[in-house]
Amino acid sequence: MTAPNHNWRRFKNAFMQALTFVCAVLVVTPLVLVFYHLIKEGFTSINWAFFTQLQKPVGEVGGGMANAIAGTFILLAQAAVIGVPVGVLGGVFLSEYGGTKLNWWIRFAADILNGVPSITWGIVVWALMVVPMHGFSALAGGVVLGLMMIPLVMRTTEEVLQLVPGGYREAALALGIAKWKTIVQIVIRTAMKGIVTGVLLALARVAGETAPLLFTALGNQNWTHSLTEPIAAMPLQIFAYAISPYDDWHRQAWAGALVLLLFVLCINISVRFLTRDRFGSAQTRVLKHHARN
Amino acid sequence: MPAIETPSPAPQGSKSAGAPALTVRNLFVFFGKNAAVINVSLNIAAKAVTAIIGPSGCGKSTFLRALNRMHELVPEARMTGEIRLFGDDIYAPGIEPVIVRRRVGMVFQKSNPFPTMSIYDNVTVGLRLNGLRDRKLLAERAEQSLHMAALWDEVKDRLHTPAVSLSGGQQQRLCIARALAVQPEVLLMDEPASALDPLATSKIEDLILELKKDYTIVIVTHNMQQAARASDFTAFFYLGELVEFGPTTKIFTSPSQKQTEDYVTGRFG
Repeated sequence: MTAPNHNWRRFKNAFMQALTFVCAVLVVTPLVLVFYHLIKEGFTSINWAFFTQLQKPVGEVGGGMANAIAGTFILLAQAAVIGVPVGVLGGVFLSEYGGTKLNWWIRFAADILNGVPSITWGIVVWALMVVPMHGFSALAGGVVLGLMMIPLVMRTTEEVLQLVPGGYREAALALGIAKWKTIVQIVIRTAMKGIVTGVLLALARVAGETAPLLFTALGNQNWTHSLTEPIAAMPLQIFAYAISPYDDWHRQAWAGALVLLLFVLCINISVRFLTRDRFGSAQTRVLKHHARN
Repeated sequence: MPAIETPSPAPQGSKSAGAPALTVRNLFVFFGKNAAVINVSLNIAAKAVTAIIGPSGCGKSTFLRALNRMHELVPEARMTGEIRLFGDDIYAPGIEPVIVRRRVGMVFQKSNPFPTMSIYDNVTVGLRLNGLRDRKLLAERAEQSLHMAALWDEVKDRLHTPAVSLSGGQQQRLCIARALAVQPEVLLMDEPASALDPLATSKIEDLILELKKDYTIVIVTHNMQQAARASDFTAFFYLGELVEFGPTTKIFTSPSQKQTEDYVTGRFG
């Protein structure tokens, strides 16, 4: 028997490994490109005025998007007020209550909603709120982002609650603790970091939404004094500046995009931090607990 | 009908004196269409240890869970028959499972201290979540329960450290302390030592012998030696039915049924 020649096999192996590596690099490349461009084009425009001033009239250099930054936070706060309680409680229902069939349908609906194009959300809320209220408003903007958060938060909440081992539920129920107290004090507490993570990721996701806000919050060149008035938001401001013909506004758009990206990045980093903590997320805690036994 | 014997009553214990802790009559438990427990009747003696033995799938865990209505967590479960706890029908209409479980505590095969809580919070959780706020009383009960679970000396200096930092055997004793803290009348144990090493197992067995002075204990075990060492009465289940029930010494030395003899001597199971 002659020694088999493995050269062709070795070549195929090396080739495929190289191919997967190239693809992995391609995944990272856009992030590097985006950062490079945003920093190159926008960094010089980020200054104190950018965070504290309103936009200057056309022709005047300088100004900022203080109202848009504040507007984004106001919209996110409204979205959280709607999206977090409904999403978390819906996730609790899916995980802890309900029948198999009903839950299958709710889950199915939530997954469809997660795939609905964001502009569709915008049109629906425009028809349901903007038209009857005879005007664009911060309220409508908050509602549309909140509605978009609900299915996201609901599914992540359900998933992290499902990661809590059934043994904890049994142990609590066997102590004569009522089911709702078991859920609130044992199950939700065990999965708390996972739930917070899901909420933060949902907020990061809707923070950059532009299309639904075009029909609802509209944007505003000035400060907004009431939730029934149109409100500025960073994505809207970036859009308005980017399509303008002025170089200075273009620079402002780059700066706005950079700030928005850094904001989303901050959320993602805090999520990393939460899930890496010693008693970590539900996942790590569960894994550690199992590893010990 | 298997022989049913009741031990002489313990002198203290007002309600329990003379009477069995649990009387089970014609118990059937079904999961969907499958009968997991078939026509079981027996008396569980107060302040004694009753062991339930039998091969896997014989219905012993289901029987145990029916004693505090934990089997109801399975959506398709239903039961017929009667179970009385010191005379009270625990399946009577209007009786909440939550109330039954406060009187009949349970310890599981896998230790499951709550990972978000300290040792102290784990022991007192049943009391706190059932509305007890008195800090002094909570501290007393915690110490008392940890003493009873033979864990106090090992944890008294670190009561506020996370419960999951304990060893496996300590975690299981913590779970026993947690169950004892709500002062149940009966303690059910579902293979409490099967995941532990021999040393931790012998500690749990010593603990069981100590606890039976104050508690009625029902223990499901796969370990024949454990049943022989730790229990006063033994019930042998096979295929959902109670084959034989009597004093442990009799079950292990002169069983009246051929199946029982084959099982306890290791010929099958």
